[in-house]
Amino acid sequence: MPQMPEDTVLQVTNLKKYFPIESGFLRRKVVGNVRAVDGVSFYIKKGRTLGLVGESGCGKTTVARTILRAIDPTEGSILFRTRDGIVDMATLDNEGLKKARTEIQMVFQDPYSSLNPRMPIMDIIAEPLRAHGYSRKDQEERVKELLELVGLRAEYARRYPHSFSGGQRQRIGIARALALNPSVVVADEPVSALDVSVQAQVLNLLLDLQEQMGLTYLFISHDLSVVRYLCDRVAVMYLGRIVELADVDILYGQPRHPYTSTLLSSVPDADPRSAWHAKAIKGEITGPPREVRGCAFAPRCPYAVGICKSTAPELRSISTDESVTHEVACHLAEELELEGVS
Amino acid sequence: MDTMTEGNILEVRDLTVRFMMNEGTVHAVNGVTFSLPEGKSIGIVGESGCGKTVSAYSVTQLLPKTARVSGQILFREKEGTITDIAKLPVDGKEIRRIRGQEISMIFQEPMSSLSPVHTVFNQLAEAMILFQGMTKKQARERCVELLKLVGIENAERRVDEYPFQFSGGMRQRAMIAMALARNPRILIADEPTTALDVTLQAQVLSLIQEMQDEFKLSMILITHALGVVAHMVDYIHIMYLGRVVESGPTLEIFENPKHPYTRGLLNSIPKLHGKRGQRVSSIPGAVPSAYSLPEGCVFRARCSERRSACMYEIPRRIQVGSEHYVSCCLYDGEEDQYAANA
Repeated sequence: MPQMPEDTVLQVTNLKKYFPIESGFLRRKVVGNVRAVDGVSFYIKKGRTLGLVGESGCGKTTVARTILRAIDPTEGSILFRTRDGIVDMATLDNEGLKKARTEIQMVFQDPYSSLNPRMPIMDIIAEPLRAHGYSRKDQEERVKELLELVGLRAEYARRYPHSFSGGQRQRIGIARALALNPSVVVADEPVSALDVSVQAQVLNLLLDLQEQMGLTYLFISHDLSVVRYLCDRVAVMYLGRIVELADVDILYGQPRHPYTSTLLSSVPDADPRSAWHAKAIKGEITGPPREVRGCAFAPRCPYAVGICKSTAPELRSISTDESVTHEVACHLAEELELEGVS
Repeated sequence: MDTMTEGNILEVRDLTVRFMMNEGTVHAVNGVTFSLPEGKSIGIVGESGCGKTVSAYSVTQLLPKTARVSGQILFREKEGTITDIAKLPVDGKEIRRIRGQEISMIFQEPMSSLSPVHTVFNQLAEAMILFQGMTKKQARERCVELLKLVGIENAERRVDEYPFQFSGGMRQRAMIAMALARNPRILIADEPTTALDVTLQAQVLSLIQEMQDEFKLSMILITHALGVVAHMVDYIHIMYLGRVVESGPTLEIFENPKHPYTRGLLNSIPKLHGKRGQRVSSIPGAVPSAYSLPEGCVFRARCSERRSACMYEIPRRIQVGSEHYVSCCLYDGEEDQYAANA
């Protein structure tokens, strides 16, 4: 049986997902791989939240989908603590997966496309219950409970998704994810499609639910401001790899990777008096590389030196205190003076 | 003869836009008034469905046939004469001259607003050849020059490529080049960076600022992001359900917001320097449907400071500062005070 520390719920080690590139007309041959996720490792402790941050195409959603085995990983292990012991999601068969997925669930980004428009809310939320053999009566009761839990009225159960606003739909998506009482929720950009006044409602709901039910979250987002309110630790991804992973206040206050610092300074703060370093960085994120030579961020990095172009930096701990997480993948982590936010 | 305030290039007065749909009438814009001083930039801010895009599109009459527009849209020509755009025939010569030559637009989604089957050169040069009487060769030189100006490398080669060969940031740059091709006097940017990642957003916004200086443009920026307007514009107009609820100089709006909606909106933005676990204050409820507007103040259902007058009275536009206006029952009657103090 695989081992992991007592208070750890999810431990991902050296996770890789390569998508093959095929070429040729009649005889299709694999000519290379898109390294969407290339050696990602992290763990999440019980009741805590890990944020996974990065720009489009950095592989954060692929990580989420691989963890739930919506797609199969190429390599690596995904240890998950269930009620009956530790399982490796990466190698589970279908039956094992069905069982494990009662305890790990997902909330999706787009509340408009993730709810079936032809099903009433009752059926949408009860679907996982039905799949696991709950009786009709139990389903109805549980759905009522769930609707109240996420702040909707139980009478709404008979309505269809079109009669709900974006924020209400996202509440429904959360209710569905919680139907089977999971211990871990993977939330992929759950508030990105919402307007700002409603976004705050859903964020607060996620925080309340975590406190009430002791949930563990993997929270995926491109929005650094949102991440700060929700996460205990944050991992920043760039082109399939984690470039920096640290406790939330350390990552924001003392970033050690140039990319993290750039991301932070690119966010325009809603304060006309605050400085905004708009032209901090050149170029844009390229597609995931087919092969890795040197640091993936080097072409855009203002500090890149010779070694950055030849050797890929490993993610290493630079923390002197054992209770504090701070890992960074940069050759120059100790030398650079980077700016964070207070 | 219409008159305009000295120094304004555009004045929109009591603009109303309705869409006649099979399901009923959508009251998209209900009596919006704003002005654009020459060489300055204004931001129209609000959540989805507040009518900000429809207001701006009616300035160039780019609305579908189901739209019914009333009110005045006064535009000061180079020679000083005043044209009421709202009175021009929708498919006439006059409005075609104003579109592009006088008022240019940048759209949100560069991939869907550029033609996928024409090269960038064909799309950029079309107007130059049709309206400015350039030869193909002259147009080509001008295109390359413009692409260089907006920061596209290898412009000589890139100009013959198709939009799908451009990355997201480059497409948005190409669209800015297209908007500038005919030396417009007003630039309308509709959520120009919403589809872009945060580092690209910073690049494109600073490009827009440079171009505004370079071409001495007056600009209307439409966005839902208060962080963006804080750094980009001189005046802000906050819209809610088809009405401007508050308008004033940027600093004044951020530091001295008067309308309960503006305050709620400002408080609900997650901040980069937030704290883990802290609740973000939110505005309860969601935006009502524009099919059936509530009587009285449109915001009252979500307002924490509503009183009985809000039920039946449509709040008047009241001056509360030197250039600061608010439409809210809370301030009714205070205009005399302001006049006395001033």
